[in-house]
Amino acid sequence: MTQFVIDNAWLIPLMPALAFVMIVFFLRKAPQISAGFSIACIFISFTMALSVVAGILGNPITTEHSLSWFSMQSISLEMGILIDPISAMMLFVVTLIALMVQVYSLGYMENDPGYSTYFAYQSLFAMSMLGLVVANNFLQMYVFWELVGLCSYLLIGFWFFKPSAREAAKKAFITNRVGDFGFLLGILFLQVLFGTLNFTGLAKIIPTYANMGLMTIVALLIFTGPVGKSGQFPLHVWLPDAMEGPTPVSALIHAATMVVAGVYLIARAYFLFAAVPNVLVVIAYLGGFTAIFAASIAIVQNDIKRILAYSTLSQLGYMIMALGVGGLTASMFHLMTHAFFKALLFLGAGSVIHALHNKQNIWEMGGLAKKMPITTNTFVIGSLALAGIFPLAGFWSKDEILLSAQINGYTGLYLVGTLVAFLTAFYMFRLVFVAFYGPAKPENHPHESPAVMTVPLIILGCLSVVGGLVGMPWLHTNFGSYVHFGAAHHGYSMAVMITSTGVALAGIYLAYLMYYKKVISAEAMANRFRPIYTLLYNKYYIDEIYQWFIDRVVNGFGRLVYWFDIYIVDGIVDGLGGITKWSGHYLRYLQTGQTQHYGMVLVAAVIIISLILSFYDPSIGISTWGGGN
Amino acid sequence: MSISAIVFWVIAAVILGSAISVVTAQNLVHAAFFMVLTFFGVSGLYVLLEADFLAVVQILIYVGAIAVLMVFGVMLTQKKDMAQTNASSSHKWLAGGIVTLLMVVLAYAVTRTPWQIIDKAAPLSTVGPIGDLLLNQFVIPFEAVGILLLVAVLGAIILTKGERNLP
Amino acid sequence: MIITLNHYLLLAAMLFCIGLYAALAKQNAISILMGIELMLNACIINLVAFNRFMDPSMLVGQVFGVFVIALAAAEVVVGLALVLTVYRDLLSVNIEDFNWLKW
Repeated sequence: MTQFVIDNAWLIPLMPALAFVMIVFFLRKAPQISAGFSIACIFISFTMALSVVAGILGNPITTEHSLSWFSMQSISLEMGILIDPISAMMLFVVTLIALMVQVYSLGYMENDPGYSTYFAYQSLFAMSMLGLVVANNFLQMYVFWELVGLCSYLLIGFWFFKPSAREAAKKAFITNRVGDFGFLLGILFLQVLFGTLNFTGLAKIIPTYANMGLMTIVALLIFTGPVGKSGQFPLHVWLPDAMEGPTPVSALIHAATMVVAGVYLIARAYFLFAAVPNVLVVIAYLGGFTAIFAASIAIVQNDIKRILAYSTLSQLGYMIMALGVGGLTASMFHLMTHAFFKALLFLGAGSVIHALHNKQNIWEMGGLAKKMPITTNTFVIGSLALAGIFPLAGFWSKDEILLSAQINGYTGLYLVGTLVAFLTAFYMFRLVFVAFYGPAKPENHPHESPAVMTVPLIILGCLSVVGGLVGMPWLHTNFGSYVHFGAAHHGYSMAVMITSTGVALAGIYLAYLMYYKKVISAEAMANRFRPIYTLLYNKYYIDEIYQWFIDRVVNGFGRLVYWFDIYIVDGIVDGLGGITKWSGHYLRYLQTGQTQHYGMVLVAAVIIISLILSFYDPSIGISTWGGGN
Repeated sequence: MSISAIVFWVIAAVILGSAISVVTAQNLVHAAFFMVLTFFGVSGLYVLLEADFLAVVQILIYVGAIAVLMVFGVMLTQKKDMAQTNASSSHKWLAGGIVTLLMVVLAYAVTRTPWQIIDKAAPLSTVGPIGDLLLNQFVIPFEAVGILLLVAVLGAIILTKGERNLP
Repeated sequence: MIITLNHYLLLAAMLFCIGLYAALAKQNAISILMGIELMLNACIINLVAFNRFMDPSMLVGQVFGVFVIALAAAEVVVGLALVLTVYRDLLSVNIEDFNWLKW
């Protein structure tokens, strides 16, 4: 059974595709049936993913099947599936989170007029993400990469009647596109240089390829894809705005699955990056920078979803940084645990927003702990996991990352990572203390969410607690045995563990002092560091800089090209017409109507032709001028 | 120089002189008469070339018919004062230049071509043999020319009578 | 000096060019017709000269010459008829007035 599923893993994306098609063509008028069909399909995909994981756990080999899609003399394109421990893990995570989110949406999106369409988009997204995960070559992955981008656009702009949602959807798509452009260039380079885009094929060829400079360029180009999709600086600007979409969408796409597609790509193509160590250094520092950049913005945000969005950016930075310092295992492990607790946090935030009738500012919330116990408790568990407190999931994965940084000599990044851990704990518990434990506001009437919404919270909460135990370093067969690049390493450092737990606890304590006990005043701090506060609150003005760039540079270039089009291109075309008119105007004078003029032209032509013939074609014409005999 | 050579040069002078006078005479009637003189000269040339029948035909037709027709034409289109009727156009210099060029080309063509000259004796009287040829070897062109002349005359009549007066 | 074929041919060429000049540079239509006649005469001189110098017994050149004379006559007839027709409408035989060929 497991072998069957592994060999036919294309069935896993097929189920949600089927749901999408059925809903779009037949079931739109029946919202409940659409939802049911979609959830049934994703549940089937989830069970298939479980059997794939079971198969891999017993037999951790790489299975690949592929069909030729299109071939000409010079290129041949294929579609195929590639199942190995990494893709098995991703299949499990994607189908699980998609299932949890779709069940949750039954409650969150009820009474929404676009109910069926929502589930159609959800299925389409599930199909695209699963197709991306099982892809065995760059081109197939690119196709599904673009598809998930499309689904992101559709789902962010789901409430299309809101102008802010429309703008956010466009911003997401366009920013992604910038990254995808570099990605595509990289893919084209690979096709031209190596003639194949297959991962296993390239993994054999690339280590032997000598031209380092060219390889560096290709690797950097391929890396721009993850920069866009996974929200690394400078293409991070779309992710906070993507919070305009419904909260389950944020949980699924912008926390657990789509944004990690970039991380997954780098893991898949790790052979390429490992061949050019300089690019790995760039990746590491960019990831580290993004981590601290986003965390610094998160500590002053007031919208609950924005805080979580910047937190996601920061954690993605962690994952990218881990890949850069050589910790593939750590990065993948953190991807998995982060999916659990970030989805949990988003769904919990959705529960709060739903209960308070779409209020999102944390200062307008308060005292939710008593009225919404399940939400509060799961949310706190998720926050603890994110902060990295022993023995929850985040502790093990974050620890692995910090350990990788320290072992491989990236001391600076290790310190940055530790600082980010402190900030993460701080802003999460700022959120918890203000929104859940603060004084209750009289205008709020919160009540606990229905079971369809709380059950996924509970499931994800349990996973956040135990999910990290598979990666405990002193187990002989742990996560790292299955997912690794090069040699698997089993080691741990007590020092790193104690330090990371320590800074996390310190962050929680500081938040406790500032926002629960109010011993240190938040306003006083903000006033003392007003310039820094303004800078952080305005997200370092990156959006404004980009807007200026678009206005002056891009539009300026557009005006230049417009000038070129009007004066030069049109000038040439009009000029051709003008030449015809002008020449006609003057050639007209040849038509005099005087027979004798025509006669003179005739005689002149006879003379010229006879001269030409006698010079250039001695066989014809007169035997004169020495030509012919 | 032999007699025939002298005669040739005289006739050549007559032909060219009168041809030039056709062109340069101011009065159209004078031009017509100079043309008659040219025709006579050409006829003499034919005699030199031992084409006796053709010489007589030349005088009969060219002088007797064509030149007379020209004079008729001049008469029917005459003006009160015929003095300036043979004027040249404004573009005479351009035409003269082109014509000179043509002359140069023709002269080169004539002098550079190696003609294969066979110097046999000509028949004493060409009338018989020409008649023979016309009715045996060249009978079809002969008949065709007859029809052509008929058509030409008919056309001239129709043209000059005008369409509405046809019965 | 022996008069060879070249002399006759050159004479004919000169006569032809004079006739061509009359056809191209004269204003009166009848004058142009005269020029055409001169050109035709030059052609007949050529034919007869070739006949005499290349194969006198064949007489083909002279027969051809007879035909050309007949044709010249026909052409003059039609040409004068045309000139007279146009003269009836325009009352002028100045060829610069016959300028409808530009349309």
